[in-house]
Amino acid sequence: MNILLAILVLGVISALFGALLGYASIRFHVEGDPIAEQLDALLPQTQCGQCGYPGCKPYAEAVANGEAINKCAPGGEDTIKKIADLLGVDVQPLDDNHEQDDSSQSNLPKVAFIIEEDCIGCTKCIQACPVDAILGAAKQMHTILSDECTGCDLCVAPCPVDCIEMRPTPETIQNWQWDLNKIAVKQIG
Amino acid sequence: MESIIERINQGKFWHFHGGIHPPEQKATTSDKPIKQLSLPKQLVLPLQQHIGRQGDLLVEVGDKVLKGQALTQSSNPMAVPVHAPTSGTISAIKKSVIAHPSGLSELCLFIDVDGEDTWKKREICQDFSQLSRQEIITKISNAGIAGMGGAGFPTHIKVNTKPDINFLIINAAECEPYITSDDLLMREQSEAIVDGIKILDQLLNPAFILIGIENNKPQAIKALQQATKHIEKIKVCVLPTKYPTGGEKQLIKILTGKEVDSGSLPINSGIVVQNVATCFAISDAVINDIPLIRRVVTLTGKALSKPQNFWVLLGTQVSYLLEQAGFVNEDNNNQNTQASLQTSPPVIMGGPLMGFSILNEQVPIVKTSNCILAPSKTEMPSAFDNSSNEVECIRCGQCADVCPSQLLPQEMQWSAKAKDHQQLTKLNLFDCIDCGACAYVCPSQIPLVQYYRVAKAEIRQQQQLDIKSEKAKARFEARKLRLEQEKIARQAKHEKAAAARKATMNKKSADGGTASSAVAAALARVKAKKAADQNKAETAEPTNQVQDNNVQSEKSQVKAAIARAKAKRLANEQATKPAIDNNVQDSVVDDKKARVAAAIAKAKAKKAAEKEPSSNPDVSSAEAQNTSTGADDKKARIAAAVAKAKAKKATKKESSSSPEVSSVEEQNISTDDAQNTATDADDKKVRIAAAVAKAKLKALDRAKQASTTNSEE
Repeated sequence: MNILLAILVLGVISALFGALLGYASIRFHVEGDPIAEQLDALLPQTQCGQCGYPGCKPYAEAVANGEAINKCAPGGEDTIKKIADLLGVDVQPLDDNHEQDDSSQSNLPKVAFIIEEDCIGCTKCIQACPVDAILGAAKQMHTILSDECTGCDLCVAPCPVDCIEMRPTPETIQNWQWDLNKIAVKQIG
Repeated sequence: MESIIERINQGKFWHFHGGIHPPEQKATTSDKPIKQLSLPKQLVLPLQQHIGRQGDLLVEVGDKVLKGQALTQSSNPMAVPVHAPTSGTISAIKKSVIAHPSGLSELCLFIDVDGEDTWKKREICQDFSQLSRQEIITKISNAGIAGMGGAGFPTHIKVNTKPDINFLIINAAECEPYITSDDLLMREQSEAIVDGIKILDQLLNPAFILIGIENNKPQAIKALQQATKHIEKIKVCVLPTKYPTGGEKQLIKILTGKEVDSGSLPINSGIVVQNVATCFAISDAVINDIPLIRRVVTLTGKALSKPQNFWVLLGTQVSYLLEQAGFVNEDNNNQNTQASLQTSPPVIMGGPLMGFSILNEQVPIVKTSNCILAPSKTEMPSAFDNSSNEVECIRCGQCADVCPSQLLPQEMQWSAKAKDHQQLTKLNLFDCIDCGACAYVCPSQIPLVQYYRVAKAEIRQQQQLDIKSEKAKARFEARKLRLEQEKIARQAKHEKAAAARKATMNKKSADGGTASSAVAAALARVKAKKAADQNKAETAEPTNQVQDNNVQSEKSQVKAAIARAKAKRLANEQATKPAIDNNVQDSVVDDKKARVAAAIAKAKAKKAAEKEPSSNPDVSSAEAQNTSTGADDKKARIAAAVAKAKAKKATKKESSSSPEVSSVEEQNISTDDAQNTATDADDKKVRIAAAVAKAKLKALDRAKQASTTNSEE
């Protein structure tokens, strides 16, 4: 009798909790794929498409669905490491297809620059820019909003007169970094 | 609050955690009065000398400026102007090394001093108590005053606050070794400083004014007590000497026992802290209408034969100051030049604990520089030794004992080396005041504070990058959305147009264009013929020069293309016109006729084009034919522009390729290549040809429009 009672009580309790959990899963359902969102937050948002996807978000979704994690060239090793941490997989070297040369020059942040005297106003670069960072109109000279440019390179190829080049962002007081190897750090006193 | 005042009256103060007692070294300069410097030949004024933004230039190269004249201005509240420290001529506005540990260059004004020191017109204010609050703030703002203690925060923002200020604290602690500039200023200008404090009192109306001063400046204390003895509100608080008493939060803690929360400003606790030199600058600005153009700078160190405090005009270069103070370059005397280059004697801007070595002696004095320290080798061997003596941390914990912000320097050091930014933020790295006490006591000689500086800069950089990538993401999303909407809008438009076409077709309206369409077709025929004839005539001409030939072929090619485009357009028009026609059968016939006519025109044009040895009918006509009437001429024009650009490129590349070969090639290879090689002729000619083609197209376009209006009537 006691056993039956215990089974009954436990059964009722489990049914109760089951119903509660079931209700909660419907009531507090989270829209979207949180893993993809988290991955998207790790990506550099250059929207360059070097991974083969049209933007960072689509690549994040693809990675969430099992795509290789080593296709983000602008993010480099750091991003791969972070993605690997998040997904709990092994760190892989950057995909061979977009292996960048490791010279310090290529790793500097860059922005596009339009040589304005050569620009013919064809608007091809404007169509290519993923973040609308190029200003201009048909047969008007174009220019880059360098604050908005992500340095994705996508505008360089479409230019029929090759008037766009990537230039490293100049070092200013605002973005200057202490370099302990270059500047003697002496505690004096 | 009363209890605080009671305690202060009893001479009791609170304590802040940690702190160090480094050798003071102030006696080198504290016994000599402030010396006036003769005018230097040149002044270099960086546009930005404070935290915030730089103003816009008001002067140009070659302008004569008077002493005290504003050189920049800005409507941005975070910008303060800079003024000409003496009269002279602006000789250059260019980038120059500034007082920053990076040794980077920023935009500077160069003034050639004329030696006359002529003032601008000044308005001396006899009684500042008559001035309104806003007038005083404007005066302070226009005088370009930024905090002179070190950070350089614009003063007019600091004093323009809500009421309910409990304490105005005047920071006269000057706790860093060697520096005596505030000490001397208080001794010599105590009246002016008290005037400045009165002005601040009028602005802020605090309950109490506390002057915090360390007990190692007895003369300055006496001078201040003398100057403030009739003012109840002001209390001169003599504090025990300990580094870093002069830190803002540390001084607040000592005087009031209050701790300012992490990430919070003193103003939120009803406290405003001002440096004593800033008070002097405020009184100068409000009463004498002298903008911030000079400051007291301590020149000290054993490498100087005449160390002293100087009144220095802002923009004076450090090299000039060192010369005036009798800088002895030991290395140059003792060693060969090669060696001295490697171990150039260090010159430090700021104090020994918080200052930075300057890489270039051309650096100018700015609003925040209070000390130039030139130590000798025996005095400060570590400054000369470029190799690092850093050894492993032995976990002694002395750094945590002395940290005035009660942080864990040792823990932070690990995280800083590992670049663990999250952990650093958790350890409250941003509460570190860069005082250097931890590094001073470290037995392993770890430059702790340098690691924190690097880490802080990195974290700030990362934050900026994060903001930028957020922005890029938002822009990308916005663009995607816009493109989608445009696509939908386009589709809707197309559907609407199609529906309209259908509707007109069904209506079979009466107004006909039978006659006019026939006329238009005839016109087209005539034009095509004309063009063909012209081409023939041109080819008939003896063309000895291959270049000419090429140009002409280009021309005729374009013409043929135009003719074809035109014919095609007309054909299209005919195709749509029957809808308007009254009689369906008639229109069908007409349509047929017109199409035949157009086809003939096309064929003729093609023939004419083919007669040209080097012409390629597919060139632009193919493009022109592709799309509807409206887009045709636009495309042709773009094609012309592209051709132009390509021609330019091609001529640059293949200036030496032979014309005969090219003409043969042209017939075989694709359009683009044909055009590339066709441009053996100099690109000028080609461009002229392109321009002519464009002009003709335009003319044709106009004629077409006219004909369509005719047909519609």
